[in-house]
Amino acid sequence: MVSIALLTTEHVSLHLDPLRTALSLVVDPIRYLVDLPSETAGRINYSIRSYSSLRDENKGLRETQLANQIRLLKYEALEKENIRLRALLENSYKLGEQVLIAELLSVNITPPYENIVVANKGTRFGVHPQQAVVDTNGIVGQVLRALPNSSEIMLITDPNHAIPVQVNRNGLLTIAVGTGELNRLKLPFLPDNADIRPGDLLITSGLGGTFPQGYPVAVVDAFDLPAGKQVTATPKAALDRNRELMIVWSNTKPITLSPDPLQSPEPKPEPAKTPAPLVIKDNANEQ
Amino acid sequence: MNNNYGFGQIIMTLILAMCLKIVPLPDMFALVNPDWVLLTLIYWALAIPDRVGIFHAWTFGLLTDVLTGRLIGQYALAYSLVIYLCLSLHRRLRQFPFVQQALFIFFCLLLSQLLLFFIKNIHSTAELKPTFWLPVLVGTLCWPLVYTVLRFVRLAKSIK
Repeated sequence: MVSIALLTTEHVSLHLDPLRTALSLVVDPIRYLVDLPSETAGRINYSIRSYSSLRDENKGLRETQLANQIRLLKYEALEKENIRLRALLENSYKLGEQVLIAELLSVNITPPYENIVVANKGTRFGVHPQQAVVDTNGIVGQVLRALPNSSEIMLITDPNHAIPVQVNRNGLLTIAVGTGELNRLKLPFLPDNADIRPGDLLITSGLGGTFPQGYPVAVVDAFDLPAGKQVTATPKAALDRNRELMIVWSNTKPITLSPDPLQSPEPKPEPAKTPAPLVIKDNANEQ
Repeated sequence: MNNNYGFGQIIMTLILAMCLKIVPLPDMFALVNPDWVLLTLIYWALAIPDRVGIFHAWTFGLLTDVLTGRLIGQYALAYSLVIYLCLSLHRRLRQFPFVQQALFIFFCLLLSQLLLFFIKNIHSTAELKPTFWLPVLVGTLCWPLVYTVLRFVRLAKSIK
């Protein structure tokens, strides 16, 4: 039958993407319709908040903004220094990322043991598959499929997802695999004598090319060494609480450093801005 | 009244069923959320088999595939097979008492769930958990509800 033909076609190739795109135009309104009640609730909640609570929030935000600004100042100096040092080592420098803020739609499209969520930005905003998705605490997942008005995001805790990571303390490389539970990752590929301790921060290693390097992923849980069981980790990102996500465009083309290294990063952010119309911030990546 | 095709009503109920399928629920309820689209399709196929048939099942299966981000065609395949069964047995099924009907619905839901599981297993490893049975059981329990509501819709709009 036709459906079997469709199944096999999509299994082996990408030729059906236009069909999916067309059908998604019919189906997307349903997703937004289901999302409507919770969105309205949020909006009402927002509009009836009292003046004083808004003022307090504003004050708090201003303080964090100030603190962040100061940290950024220092960060810029560090970045320049890093570039200089890398130029000394004749190494290349990878320029940073841009982010697009997207919001989750509160729909539940998969059975509970699969962790795939839907966000409200799609190919219209330049989103494409395999982009990394982060929140303010760490890596959330990657874009699995981008439709015109929405995109499906596979969380790092999905059982079919694996992310190359690095222990921040000593640079030990390994892979973190999802378990299906929103608060657990497992590290199945560690040798018995690996130097890993409870509380270690795992960051993305940048291997594989999907995830930009240096974002926090998870913290290693307490474990019993002699038991020989798998080491697990807790994701940094608030996977079950956040509604706002950031979809990251990473500029994967490394800049080869010229003899005048301080000039090179300056002109780059401008041309990179064009693909994403709604870019709100761009910052250079560390290393 | 005799040629009231009720096209709009049928589409509306199916869209409602699709909404129910993806509505966010607490974990416990999400585990047991039955396949509303299939239940609705089965009802219409039993009630007006000359108008709702495999084509409807296939189209809405395809839409459900896109809606839930699955490989295109798997819901379409499962739904059309189940609806084919319903169509070929609808005369007998209408005579059945409720319990027997529910038993048939149980096997329909099980068939669709199994097909989806097999297809999923082909392209990525899937685990067969005890929770596999819950949507099927709850779907069977929901059948009287679906039946009553849709029958009410059908009689109110006198779709024949």
